[in-house]
Amino acid sequence: MQNESLIRIDEVSFTYEGASSPALSHVSADIQPGEFVAVLGHNGSGKSTLAKLLNALYIPTEGTVAVCGYDTRKEELVWEIRRRAGMIFQNPDNQIVATLVKEDVAFGLENLGVPTEEMIPRIESALSAVRMSKYADSAPHQLSGGQKQRVAIAGILAMEPSVIIADEATAMLDPSGRKEVLDTIRMLNRKKGITVVWITHFMEEAAQADRVLVVTDGEVRLSGTPAEVFDNVDLMQEMHLDVPPMTALANALRQEGMPLPAGILTVEDLAKEVDQVLCPSKSGT
Amino acid sequence: MLNNVTLGQYYPVDSPIHRLDPRVKLVLTIAFIVSVFLVKDASFPISSFIGYALLLGFIILAARLSRVPFKLLLKGLKPLRLIILITFILNLFFTGGSVVWVEFWIIRITREAFLQALCYSLRLVFLVSGTSLLTLTTSPIALADGIELLLTPLKKLRFPAHELAMMMTIALRFIPTLLEETDKIMKAQMARGADFESGNLISRARSMVPLLVPLFVSAFRRAGDLAMAMESRCYHGGEGRTRLRVLKITRGDLLACGVVAVLIALIVVEGRFLPY
Amino acid sequence: MPIEVRNLTHCYSQGSALTTVALNDVSFVAEDGEFIGIVGHTGSGKSTLVQHLNGLLKPTSGQVLVDGQDLNGEHVDRRALRQRIGLVFQYPEYQLFEETVAKDIAFGPKNQKLSPQEIDERVRYAMDCVHLDYEKYAERSPFELSGGQMRRVAIAGVLAMRPSVLILDEPTAGLDPRGRDRILTMLEELHEREHVTILMVSHSMDDMARLATRLIVMADGKIVATGTPREIFAREDMMTSIGLDVPAASRLCRALRERGVSLPPDLYRLDELKEHILRAWKGGKEEAHAE
Repeated sequence: MQNESLIRIDEVSFTYEGASSPALSHVSADIQPGEFVAVLGHNGSGKSTLAKLLNALYIPTEGTVAVCGYDTRKEELVWEIRRRAGMIFQNPDNQIVATLVKEDVAFGLENLGVPTEEMIPRIESALSAVRMSKYADSAPHQLSGGQKQRVAIAGILAMEPSVIIADEATAMLDPSGRKEVLDTIRMLNRKKGITVVWITHFMEEAAQADRVLVVTDGEVRLSGTPAEVFDNVDLMQEMHLDVPPMTALANALRQEGMPLPAGILTVEDLAKEVDQVLCPSKSGT
Repeated sequence: MLNNVTLGQYYPVDSPIHRLDPRVKLVLTIAFIVSVFLVKDASFPISSFIGYALLLGFIILAARLSRVPFKLLLKGLKPLRLIILITFILNLFFTGGSVVWVEFWIIRITREAFLQALCYSLRLVFLVSGTSLLTLTTSPIALADGIELLLTPLKKLRFPAHELAMMMTIALRFIPTLLEETDKIMKAQMARGADFESGNLISRARSMVPLLVPLFVSAFRRAGDLAMAMESRCYHGGEGRTRLRVLKITRGDLLACGVVAVLIALIVVEGRFLPY
Repeated sequence: MPIEVRNLTHCYSQGSALTTVALNDVSFVAEDGEFIGIVGHTGSGKSTLVQHLNGLLKPTSGQVLVDGQDLNGEHVDRRALRQRIGLVFQYPEYQLFEETVAKDIAFGPKNQKLSPQEIDERVRYAMDCVHLDYEKYAERSPFELSGGQMRRVAIAGVLAMRPSVLILDEPTAGLDPRGRDRILTMLEELHEREHVTILMVSHSMDDMARLATRLIVMADGKIVATGTPREIFAREDMMTSIGLDVPAASRLCRALRERGVSLPPDLYRLDELKEHILRAWKGGKEEAHAE
């Protein structure tokens, strides 16, 4: 028997009110506990719609979404689902509610009705997990974009979720902010075993996931490990998505006849393989 | 510059007054306002004098304890100086009386008029400085909390106390963000040759359109985003909600209540037994 | 129309305890026809610098000379000089306000007091530059377009003023790969076809590698290096020391050289790297044959 899925998306279609065509059509996917799954797609591909279906912000027009076994169509389960599936959004400014960092982290707990004395240690440990403890008493507008996103993560973390869904959480950040946020999430995934659904259009972020789903025109077109997905260089380009530059270069070299293996993602991968082709005598070192 | 605007006039230091429960401070401020009106008017000059002296003493005591510089307290009076002046002048010239000090042409100033003018102006000064002291020593967010909790009994009458406080919190949270945004849009339009400073009133009002439309569009987008973010974090109104900030009445609060009670008692008593 | 920046220093909140030096003695010249990339960490002073170039900020000390005239000098027609320097801010789509795309783009030319006919020409020109079909989009509301299209409308709004110098602060921020490619292609054409001098602030070294003719590297309010992308990207250690990346191609070039593959030290584009690797490979095969 298969592992119990954390999130089960079964033949889901979603059409916005008044829209003529569906934003998602017949999407199916299973997400296992502890997985880091990236959903890659360009703007308008339906990937953000998918994110909002996982948190019961949207309810599927057809098909079912189940989070931790809870069916999102059942209204009485909405709060059970949302506390288990925390969401982080794109704009760092538009998801911080309170005027102080620690109070924002408390927001979800207050909504859940957690007693005050229990809140304080949970806020402290959430802030320390994202390394923002020393900003507990700062005002949000004094923070950088990356720091604001980390506060948003802490706000979710305090609610002790099973899965964090990040809907383009790094799209508005500079490179160091992006790294800061992705590193934090990866650390939470590895150390705390929190499942992550990472929605993005940056291939370099998707390349760090355990598994990548590529969404285009409301459909899942590719699915697999980053190496498996990105090796479809032509198909990715046809969908106007980037592939890691080293994968693209490896592909171009391969087309010229160079015998390079598949699954090259990083500079180190390609350097090693090219070196091996150029100086076969060195192989083994 | 726009981004240097401080919020309200809160003066962030730690003091016994700052530490008071915002609910207590709100109630005491109202009590203080009442006591200002309890002071006898100028027809009882001695009683009135003693009453104002007590109020002055109280304000000085409170201001010293709060570590708010007097200069800041006086600054709060500045926007109202014209009103205070007009109050003084109107009362000075249009109050009747028997002991005439100055009289020529149609102007007639009497002792009674002078005392009344003084009384009414002082009343304004005390009202303003009392409320300034509240806003100087209480952060806007604590005020919002205090108001929410004081209004909670009204929830039974379907008064949206929680929603009101949440609105105040969100407004406070987004003021710096929107100010920053205003600055950015203004610069962007100036780079396209927009002119926000010259021209007559109508053309100036019209020149605000390129600033206001984007600002509104952005505020609505932010509101939509925020609503979704709040919902995803299980926000469902005030029902069943706990709070991180719990307000507790301390001994300091009781002491402050006692002091104000004594102040009011003194004013009432001296007004009653000193009918001069 | 060259722009010269001389010993430019800018302090925020001067005189108070919070004084911060955002720019510290910055000097450079942007010559006609250059495509200058300004790179640096957030807070390195890039955005402050850019706002000085069309007079939105005034220097604390130093000068900005446009065509030899001091932008903040006394007897200077600041408005006229400013109009020749187009400035596109970060997320420029947030400044759109008119009912139709055409009207919004016309805002700048209108402020220049041009005739209706000229304004119309300018709008058509600008829409053509950003690849938006006039017939299809002119009468649409800018608010119902996609994010990438909105950004192009906003850029058209600046291009309609026909600036000789175009300054862009992170024009591709927040766009997906398709939106980003459209903007970059459009800038490439503007530079090559319309001979507009371009200064672009960006965090993306790959974008810079593709477009810039010269890079200015900033850190802590100062210019720490300037040179062609080839020169700058060959200095990987300098770049990483101030928290900046180099393009993936530069890193591969270095990694291969460290493994003893003979390659020129300063390759930074994927296409040239591909050529060199293939040459080395084919050369190696011939050698093997000769033996």
